[in-house]
This record gives sequence, structure tokens and C-alpha cells, in this order.
Amino acid sequence: MTEITLNVNGESKTLKDVDPEMPLLWALRDELNLVGTKYGCGIAQCGACTVHFEGSPVRSCSLPVSAAAGKNITTVEGLAKDEQLNALQQAWVDMDVPQCGYCQAGQLMSATALLEKNSNPSDDDIDTAMAGNICRCGTYVRIRAAIKQAAKAKRGGAA
Amino acid sequence: MSKQSTNTININRRKFLGGGSALVLGFTVGCKQEASQSAAVTPIENVSAEVASGASMPLQSSTFNAWLSISNNGTATILASNPEIGQGVKTALPMIVAEELDFPWEKVIVKQAPVDPVVYERQVAGGSYSVRSLWDPLRQAGATARAMLVKAAADGWGINVDDCAASNGMVSNSITGDSLDYGTLAGKAAKLPVPEIESLTLKATADYGLLGQRISGVDNQAIVTGQPLFGIDTTLDNLHYATYSSCPNIGGTIVNTNLEHIKKLKGVVQAFIVKGKGGYSELRDGVAIVANSTWATISAKKQLEIEWDTTDASTDDWSAMRDQAEQLATAGGGEVLHNDGDADAALAAAKTKVSATYSYPFVSHAPLEPQNCTVRIADGKVDIWAPTQVPARAMKSAAEMFDLDPASITVHQIRAGGGFGRRLYNDYFLEAVAIALEAKVPVKLTWTREDDMAHDYYRPGGTHGLQAGIDNQGKLTAWKNHYVTYSEDGKEAVRWGAYMESTFPRQLVENYQINQTLQLQTIPTGAWRAPISCAFGFVINGFINEVSTAAGIDHRDFMLELLAQDDEIPSIFGDAFVPARARETIIEVCKRAGWGKQQADNRGLGLAFYFSHNAYVAEVADVEVLAGNKIKLHKVYAVTDVGPIVNMSMAENICQGGIIDGISTMARLELDAKAGAVIESNFDQYQMLRMPEAPEIDAHFLQTDNVPSGLGEPTLPPIAGAVVNAIYAASGKRVRELPLSRAGFTLA
Ligand code: FES
Ligand code: FES
Repeated sequence: MTEITLNVNGESKTLKDVDPEMPLLWALRDELNLVGTKYGCGIAQCGACTVHFEGSPVRSCSLPVSAAAGKNITTVEGLAKDEQLNALQQAWVDMDVPQCGYCQAGQLMSATALLEKNSNPSDDDIDTAMAGNICRCGTYVRIRAAIKQAAKAKRGGAA
Repeated sequence: MSKQSTNTININRRKFLGGGSALVLGFTVGCKQEASQSAAVTPIENVSAEVASGASMPLQSSTFNAWLSISNNGTATILASNPEIGQGVKTALPMIVAEELDFPWEKVIVKQAPVDPVVYERQVAGGSYSVRSLWDPLRQAGATARAMLVKAAADGWGINVDDCAASNGMVSNSITGDSLDYGTLAGKAAKLPVPEIESLTLKATADYGLLGQRISGVDNQAIVTGQPLFGIDTTLDNLHYATYSSCPNIGGTIVNTNLEHIKKLKGVVQAFIVKGKGGYSELRDGVAIVANSTWATISAKKQLEIEWDTTDASTDDWSAMRDQAEQLATAGGGEVLHNDGDADAALAAAKTKVSATYSYPFVSHAPLEPQNCTVRIADGKVDIWAPTQVPARAMKSAAEMFDLDPASITVHQIRAGGGFGRRLYNDYFLEAVAIALEAKVPVKLTWTREDDMAHDYYRPGGTHGLQAGIDNQGKLTAWKNHYVTYSEDGKEAVRWGAYMESTFPRQLVENYQINQTLQLQTIPTGAWRAPISCAFGFVINGFINEVSTAAGIDHRDFMLELLAQDDEIPSIFGDAFVPARARETIIEVCKRAGWGKQQADNRGLGLAFYFSHNAYVAEVADVEVLAGNKIKLHKVYAVTDVGPIVNMSMAENICQGGIIDGISTMARLELDAKAGAVIESNFDQYQMLRMPEAPEIDAHFLQTDNVPSGLGEPTLPPIAGAVVNAIYAASGKRVRELPLSRAGFTLA
């Protein structure tokens, strides 16, 4: 058992007496009470647990919390700034993307990482960036459309 | 899913007894407390909070009926009574009340209703039946309250109700031009006698303002900001985490286990054996590990060693059974279930005969949120948070199994991360109660994905030996289906494995015979999204396409001819099947898809139709078959008639979702079992559809005046048939067994 400090959504968080092997997913959910990040498979297959690790999307179910020590982690709870939804979150609400909603935190984290790198993604770019996220309810058609709308909004174009 | 009466829904008067006014102390909105508990802070609640903070008088909320109360701050709180599993009822059901109430949606606060079967009757997410069963009660709930508000205003003004008009949350006086908002009138109105239902005039479809609009789901804000919403997100003081391990060979019992070792592991607080009760599909023998984090339970579980007695466990071998079923289906025999006319004579007399065997595998529900349940037992009260499709049934089972006073149990309805029929069964719920009773601390049981794959109530596989006869006019004159399904006792088909009696095309073919043969199989099965229909839709549409091809008739024309009669046909879904409605969906979908136009090489359109859950759904798949049997799904067109649409946004979303689920399942999902244990254990071996494979989908709805029915299931059954028919049109290759991967097809 060790003490580990992470930077989560811009705040420094210290976990006392934590198993260094505990996946970041469970540290976020059970230790830090940030339950927006979801468990779906535990083996890096579904993407429900996607968070940003130093700005890149990773599967937190398969990353030991010790590997995140001292690193910047962003979770779905950290996407909105000053209660202002980011362009993707807003598009998700406006276009009513979720069905059950369980996968959507992971989808938003992958989509946010995509738009940070590529402000005008093609269909193929979107498909490639989102291929690691399963939506069991099948909201893929809407996710694609919402990413495009958000990209447009971010670039400052009218929808 | 089950047989339902078509008659007017029996209205329980209790629902309509006005509760009068309740003074809520302070200036905050009454929902705030509950909102923070489930943290379901929706944008709608934010709106009302602002309204409340500007209010200068104590907030007073007046209850009109079991669904509706109106506050003097001008907001209305509408309770959604049925479980939300991703089908959108938490938004759709309150919309129905708001429509008849004539109330602005922005001022509606939606809350989940308590579980109370006496008041709310069927609090179930199943059978695509929520909108259907609540259509009348909810419209009446809105309309009675509206009438009471109008009466209160008329009394106050000393005029006749006919001189008042209500709209958008206001009652206006047509003599003076004055108006009053519902919030001002609510206190007085709620004390008035509730009008007789017969006295109400409900709106005509053409007059709907809110229904049919695109309304974003009430939990969306909370979803996109990661607020706690789902069962698995439940947190409580002193919460402990639990895992449960039962025998992979279904029905095995515990002989021995290394509990002493487990108890010493870090984070583990308790570990104990739970004896199974009530049959292996309810509470199975297992080992519970209670620890201080989910991870501690998962890592301890990896070290758990259990010696199982599998003497009475299942011995199912699904791939061997499927091979055997293939032989049985083509051999004669089987119990005759239906026999209209004389199928054998008609076959003998037919000009052209077609025969083929179709089959499909066992599959899992695999909702993305694994099974979980949180239980707190304190001060003689049992509180349970569970993502269940049947909260009332779960509560009753727990009370019976553990001898608890039903009045002491509260089941909190909580958003479920998908259902698909899995959460109609309460094994995980009963396990969590058993663990909490023994552990004497609040526990959250979370299944691992591996637990979830190993202990499902699987969609049963099935095999159909089909024969058809066509006369010299190309008319289908004979239909025979030898259906091979499964049975635990050799007498009755397994749960959701029995032939569904009204299955299309019964009563459309003069000589029609269905035989059924049972194979022994003991792993539990269950309702999987559009049970029976989800598989039969593939078999029947695929085979009819073989028949139309043999007859040399365009498939659309053949389908329209088959459905040409005007007589209605009784169905097990409640309403009679109306062939004319089916024809309309087929005609429209073909129009949208450009049916009949010349297709590029290796490209083809496939058409399928299916009727389930009182819904008429026709779909066309536009498919290209590339080299190496790679399939590119260009687009899917769906035309659905479910009567008026409540929320157009979710209607389109769930229609697309049903189609994606159908494609996902047909592409490569298949489970095998050996010695009664399911082999595929996680998503690496059970590969659902991903975004690059998802086609564009045109989801269109015919706006008809029929009684509305639900959309959670019925768009799924036609899709597999549409896709295999398109593969045939594009390549001449006939797919008769699913998944597609069996025949070497992959999605591009
Ligand atoms: S839970 Fe991490 S990828 Fe599925
Ligand atoms: S919305 Fe349910 S899993 Fe994606």
C-alpha cells in the first residue's frame, strides 16, 4: 500500500494507502468518488472507462493507478469549464445522442481528444478515433453527427 | 412480450385522487433533495431552481394525481413511473401528461416515481409496452388536472368554464381577456373534485403541440457531465463493495473453497458462502467477497478457488446441439403446433417447391453496465438501488425468498445502462440482498463482465426446416416449418424458445403447418430484445425471399401480394395485425430506398418486413459485397408505423439503435457452451459492432392515428432478413445461418 498523488481535472488528489495495482478506473470511482468514468469490460475493449492521460485518451481500466502518479488526468467531470459545457457535450445534448447513456462518458472523452488534434475530422477520421468505444445501444449514427456539429461550432461556423 | 389485453386500460381511481396541497418549507424546489441523492440534476431542474430562488413566498406544491403536482412558482413536477433503460420513457411518459395538461415543457421537472404497484400498476420496462399501457392513464392525468385548473379559474372569475381557455400553462378569461397561470390556480384547483374520465375531451392527434417534437432526454445534462445516475454509481455512507462467484457450469454447487486465504487478502472485509435458493436461475450457490473497494473484490476473486459439485449441473454443448438440430429440422416429425389447410397436399400439388434450413445461435444481452445492486439494511428498513426492468417483481421475490416484510423494502428506481431483457431477471438483485443480510453492512454488488457473460438468460438458438410451395401463378400456396428448439424437461420449450403462435405469415398462406421438436438444454434462457421475433424475423424474411426468387417475382411485389388481404389477423401482441398497415410501410420504404432502380455491380437492396409489439416495420438494406466476402453496409432505410410518435428524437434514435443491435448480432455474435458453461467470457470474444461498421440509417415514421405502441424492440427483427436478402441481390450468395461470420462474411 502506497500514497499516490494525481492531478485530476486540475486538482491535486492524494490517495492514501492505495494498492498501486488498482486500475485508475477504480481509483477514480471508489476512492475519488468520480463515478462518471464507467466500467464495461475491464480489458480495454469497450472504451467506457476512457479518460485523458496527459491529454491522450487511455483505457483507465487497464492502467494501474501508480502509472498515473504525478500525471494530469481529465475525466468526463472535467470537460465542462465553469459550468460551460464543451462543444461536444453541448452537441450531445442538443442532438440527444444518448440512449441509456452508459457509454457516453467514454465516447465524449474519445471525441474530445479527436477534436483537440483535428478540428475538421472526416468521416474516416471520426470512425478511426471512435472505434475503441462500443455503444451497446447503437448511438453511432448520432455520435458521428454530433462530432461534426461540435467541430463546426468549435471552428466558429454556424451549425 | 406477454399476452396483453387490447381493452381499455382499467383505471385505478386511486391514481386520480388529488392529494390536495402540501406546504414545502423553505424556498427550494421540492425535488432538490432527491436530485442530490441521485444527482440527476437535469437542465429542467436548473430552470425551476432559478424560478424558485426568485420566488418571494413559501413554495407550495399541489398534487393532482399520482403523476402530477403543480407548484405556485409555476413549475409542474411529473413523475415517470416506469424504469428507464435507454428506451427514453423517462422523457416520453411525462411528455404525454404535459401535452394534455397544456403546459410548457421548459417548466416541467421530471422525477422518477416511487415503486408502488398498487398506484402505478405495471412498472415494467418490457414488451415495448410502457407508452402503450400508460397512454390513456397519462393523457387522463394531464386532462383531469387541466379541467380542474380551468374550473378553479372559472369559479374565481364567476364565469362558466366554457368562457375559459387553457393553453401553455395559463387559463384565460375569454370575456375579460384576463389570464392566470396554473401555479396561481393549483392550490385551489387540486382541492376540486376530480372530473369523471368520461367527461374529458382528449386532444386529437392533429392538435398535438409537444408530442411528435424532438425533445432532448431529461437526463442528458447529467450524462454528459458524468453525474452519478446509474445503479453502479450508487454511493452510501460506510458502503462496502461485493463480488459474487457462482459455478460456471450452470447448476453446480459448492463443496469447498479457500475462504481463509481470501479473508487475509488486502482490502477484504468478509468472505462467505451463500447457499442457493429458489432454483439456479434465481439465487445460485456462490461465494461472496466483501471488501473496501471494487478493485479489492476483483483482485481477491482472482485468487478464489472453489471446488464445485457438478453432478446436477448442466451438460449443454451448444455447438453439438446446433449440428444435431440441423439434422432434426430436415427430418420429418415434430409435434404439430398449427395446421391450417393441408400443407402436404398443397406441397405435392405445387408447381415449384422451395426448401431450406435456417439457424441462429445463442446470444447474450451484454448491457454495457454490468449487473449491480446496492443494498442497505438498517433500522428494520431495506433500501435497494438496482437497475432492474421489473422493480416490483424484484421487491416481491426478495421479500419471499428472505422472508422480509414487503412494507419494509424500498426499491429505488435508477437509470439502467441498457436492459435488452436481461434485467427482467433478478438473480443479481437477490444475491445483493443475501450478501447484505449476512454481511450486516451496506453493500454494492458489482458483477464483472465475465460474471455477466457467464450468467445470462441467453437468447436461445434455433433451427428451422422450411418448405414452401408455389402455384403456376407464382402464389405461395403452402408453408411448412419444422422448428427445432430447446426444452429443460422435454415437455415444454425453454423460456422464450416456444413458437410464437401468430407469427407472420400465418393466415396469409392457405396451407400452413408448424411442427416443433424439442432438444434438451438446461442453461437458462430468457427474453432478449423482441424475443422470438428477433430471430424469426431473419428466418421468415430470408426464406420468403427464396420463395419470391423461385417464383420469379420482384420481392416487393411478392410481399404486397402476400399481404393483399384486408381482413385483420389476431396477434399475440394484443392488437390484430392489419395487412394494410404492413403494405403502407413496405411501399414507403421501397420508395425511400429507390427500389427497382438499376444497382451497381455487386450491390443490392434487400427488403424485409416484421410485425411485433403492435409495430409495423419495413426495412431495406443497401449492401455491397466486396472481394473476399466483405460486406459494406451502405445504408439502411426503415419505415415504421407505431401510431403517433411521442418524442421524435428518441423514436429515431432507438429505431437506429434496434437496427445497429440487429446488425451487430447477425455479424459475428455467437456463444458456445461446453459442459454447461458458456465459453465466451468478455468482449474480446464477443465482438459487438463498432462505429466504422455502422451504416447510415434513415429512420422514418408514418404518422398514423392508430393507438401508439412502443419502439424499444420492433425495429430489430426485420434487419437481419433485409441484410441477407441484400447480400443475395448483390452476390447471389444465400445466407441461411447466423452469424454471418460462420459463412466467412465480414463487415467492411
Ligand atoms: S472498461 Fe475499460 S475498456 Fe471496457
Ligand atoms: S447509449 Fe447505451 S451503451 Fe451507448
